[in-house]
Amino acid sequence: MTTQTIAYREALRQGLRAALADDERVFLMGEDVGRYGGTYAVSHGLLEEFGEARIRDTPLSESTFTGAGIGAALNGMRPIVEIMTVNFSLLALDQIINNAATLRHMSGGQLNVPLVIRMTTGGGRQLAAQHSHSLEGWYAHIPGLRIVAPATHEDARGMLLAALEDPDPVLIFEHALLLNVEGTVEGEPRPMELDHAAIRREGGQVSLITYGGMLHKTLAAADQLAAEGIDTEVLDLRTLRPLDDAAIMASVAKTHRVVVIDEGWRSGSLSAEIITRINEQAFFELDAPPVRVCTQEVPIPYARHLEDAAIPQVEDIVAAVHRLLG
Amino acid sequence: MSEFRMPSLGADMESGTLVEWNIRPGERVERGQIVCVVETQKGAIDVEIWEAGTVERLVAEEGQKVPVGEVLAVILGDGEKDEGGKAEDDGRETPAERPTPEASQAPSPRAPDLSPPPTTATPDVASSGVRLRISPAARRRAAELGLDPAGVNSSGIDGSITLEDIERAAQAAQGGQSTRAVATTDAHAAMRQAIATAMARSKREIPHYYLGNTLCVEPALAWLETHNAERPVTERLIFPVLQLRAVALALEAVPELNGWFVDDAFQPAEGVHLGVAIALRGGGLVAPALHDADRLAPDVMMAALRDLLTRARKDRLRSSELTAAGLTVTNLGDLGVESVQGVIYPPQVALVGFGRIAERPWVRDGQVVAARCLHASLAADHRVTDGALGARFLTRLTDLLTEPERLWPT
Amino acid sequence: MTASPPQEGPDASPAIGAAGLDDPDRARALMWQMIRIRRFEEKCAELYSAGKIRGFLHLYIGEEAIAAGAMPALAERDTVLATYREHGHALARGIPAGAIMAEMFGKQEGCSRGRGGSMHLFDVEWRFIGGSAIVGGALPLAVGYALADRLAGRDSVTACFFGDGAVAEGEFHESLNLATLWQLPVLFLCENNRYAMGTALERHQSQVDLAAKAAAYRLPSESVDGMDVVAVARATEAAVDRVRAGQGPMFLEYRTYRFRAHSMFDPEHYRDKAEVERWRQRCPVETFARDAVACGLLAATVRDEVEREVAEEVDAAVAFAEAGTWEPVEHLCRDVYAREVRP
Repeated sequence: MTTQTIAYREALRQGLRAALADDERVFLMGEDVGRYGGTYAVSHGLLEEFGEARIRDTPLSESTFTGAGIGAALNGMRPIVEIMTVNFSLLALDQIINNAATLRHMSGGQLNVPLVIRMTTGGGRQLAAQHSHSLEGWYAHIPGLRIVAPATHEDARGMLLAALEDPDPVLIFEHALLLNVEGTVEGEPRPMELDHAAIRREGGQVSLITYGGMLHKTLAAADQLAAEGIDTEVLDLRTLRPLDDAAIMASVAKTHRVVVIDEGWRSGSLSAEIITRINEQAFFELDAPPVRVCTQEVPIPYARHLEDAAIPQVEDIVAAVHRLLG
Repeated sequence: MSEFRMPSLGADMESGTLVEWNIRPGERVERGQIVCVVETQKGAIDVEIWEAGTVERLVAEEGQKVPVGEVLAVILGDGEKDEGGKAEDDGRETPAERPTPEASQAPSPRAPDLSPPPTTATPDVASSGVRLRISPAARRRAAELGLDPAGVNSSGIDGSITLEDIERAAQAAQGGQSTRAVATTDAHAAMRQAIATAMARSKREIPHYYLGNTLCVEPALAWLETHNAERPVTERLIFPVLQLRAVALALEAVPELNGWFVDDAFQPAEGVHLGVAIALRGGGLVAPALHDADRLAPDVMMAALRDLLTRARKDRLRSSELTAAGLTVTNLGDLGVESVQGVIYPPQVALVGFGRIAERPWVRDGQVVAARCLHASLAADHRVTDGALGARFLTRLTDLLTEPERLWPT
Repeated sequence: MTASPPQEGPDASPAIGAAGLDDPDRARALMWQMIRIRRFEEKCAELYSAGKIRGFLHLYIGEEAIAAGAMPALAERDTVLATYREHGHALARGIPAGAIMAEMFGKQEGCSRGRGGSMHLFDVEWRFIGGSAIVGGALPLAVGYALADRLAGRDSVTACFFGDGAVAEGEFHESLNLATLWQLPVLFLCENNRYAMGTALERHQSQVDLAAKAAAYRLPSESVDGMDVVAVARATEAAVDRVRAGQGPMFLEYRTYRFRAHSMFDPEHYRDKAEVERWRQRCPVETFARDAVACGLLAATVRDEVEREVAEEVDAAVAFAEAGTWEPVEHLCRDVYAREVRP
């Protein structure tokens, strides 16, 4: 098999291209996905390859093009809706929560919505408070949705393919800071399952549980800690709803110490959910109180130094592990 | 005849005030006709009727507040012609009725426990009386090892005892041997460790004081003989039942010995549940509770004791029996000892011990006679009681055993 | 049928009425459907008062001519989306009355297995994609249904019913724009009953001529008297033909009026009884029944026959609902996902 080194953006594009080539029912719809080539250049070149019927530029009408995606999914298609950034998805919240997440249950099981919605998430690009938030944990609150956050290049292209095979609505959160990050992939894109977390680094002393954009900072922190002789395990959640409880508890049972790294705000967050589950299911495995590294409770500011201070950094993760080990 | 009732116009409507009747007795009403106006918290609403007929009488008066479902008026039907086409009358069924299928009572499924709680209790309280700062994993491991974590050096966050601290302490205690091998694979070894932990803690923490008394049990044995004379073997009492009964009644009189020392304070037990120390055949000891020992008739108490012995030896005790006792009674008389100086089972605050029944010279009416006697002892926690109170208890116990008719007064 | 500003009272334009028909069977069918919806809903009101039906109950009484007249214009392969005032649409589309009543009782024999209630009737077999209770929320779905039909090369039409209240929602504007931009086969059917819940049209719209408002998106837009079942049928048939022929979406406004309150618990402070009474004079059921006899299309006895048939059907629907069963609580979390998921 051939190994390629590509940017995360290219991995996403490989996934899209494979999906469009494999299944006639798949089409991509969103703001500037066609002529512009994607606001983050993810879909660059796809319009030329697949044509206007399948690479559809939409008006700036998040609610309606998301709802149209739901309708088309109900009527036999496999749409991929791209929303430029998670903050804009709030304009489509009615469709995502009142329709996509509820229709199956509300219809007594008659309908299902095989829709994929992709959106960028996360801060770090000095885009201030309306382009930089991490609301995926919020969506993970909603029954009826599946929430995934590919952090590796293989997942970036493969989780999209698996999402398209899923009969339920899947929201894919792609961290904007990953787009230029290079990594390796093997061979052709293949579906990467959506049910399990993955251990990205094995270790015995502390479990570092994270996902998405924070995975790379966490791995960097793990390297620093290893240089000090501290042996950490890094668990990449991959899917945020449903959570892979078994993988989380297995890691806790091994290390007995946990740090959860989550770019969402701390109050009412995904990190809170993870730690609660650990307390419920693995209390007697804990050898120290669980610790969280989250974004400061402030709308993300513009100025570089303030934004950096707001978002979890490698040194914050290292410091949390030091604190935990006493 | 049908009853026109206050309608339910929303789940949030509980009652309405009848503002106005549009109909009078004797008048004819048609299905769908507005017959009255009802004031609700949302305003006045015209209310229609769903039966055609003649108004027999108006039950509610204008201005009256009427709960949903209550009768407002009585309507006389149009006769058989209308009755035939009507849907079944629902009678008094209230709007609050909810479907509750029986199946909803079934227990909800639970995820398998990844880490069950420790089966052997580890003391929560250090010798200082302050709650131990120890991680859940370390606590569980200490319990597995039968190790009292109270004195273990801590190295964890905020001075907490960690798993590693427990392992280190256990190794030190074993002279460097691996403690893993000792773990719970051998139930007797585990029990030995649990007893070791509890007794070590008792001797370390509890300032014991001891009182003893030799008493003549001739009257009690006579009472027992009379009681058993008319009964088949299976229904006869044994002497320990009298002992337990006497302890139970004495505890009622001196409740300060019935309970636990927790968080630096005495916590009295509710009810008299006596721990009965039972030696197990393979070695080791349990002390399950005989519940409500002060309230059991002789036969019932005998049956309860027999049941407890049987189940203790089959390892079939109930969890409540392992924690309920407020005081333990140990009887080593049948093993031939004369007297017992017991070790209190923490967090209990006293223990009563009985030796064997043996003939001794006894002075009765100025004469030395041979009489069957028994030594009863009390070990008690000086943090909770003093010798005077212990003496009061022991005297009471002695009186009861020497005047057996007081045990179950009729 | 051109747009003209609505008036305070009932539409005074000359009705087509029964005189516009020459087929007695068709006339009977229209009358039957309207009476069926009317009696079914009267029974719902009664059962609501008795506590058998709970939640919100929005009655269609007064607006029956729309569902009865419009629905036959649609083919089985077409898709229908509706609002929370959708009992009439569900009945007219073909969902059995018993399944609808059982749904309102919360029974598992209901058309949504008791998960939806009055506001969320669904039947995939009839391509009836619900009662939606988010005003305007179904319009984007309709655009998506039509997009899928277009991409798959089918000649199906998606008909989306909504009220005048939805015209104030952003999704109305986004959806008309997108459907027209992409020339999708959507029929936007606005039931203008002059009140958005309790707020009169004049108090919630800057432009009360809704067809004129829709026309700003450059899709053909018309208004029709929604109290005249024949006018409704004619206008809808023409609109369906046009949309099916691939000429893009169309907007149709039915001017109508609801005779009863917005929902059951509504004292109607916002309109006076004289106004309601004026509209009742144009009751679609009574005017059509009267005219059909007057112009010799139907015998006078037909009305009684229809009433009897309908009464039997309604009684049977109630009996079916009463006999229905409660879904075991163990099934509570079913149908949240199509694939088994442990949250």
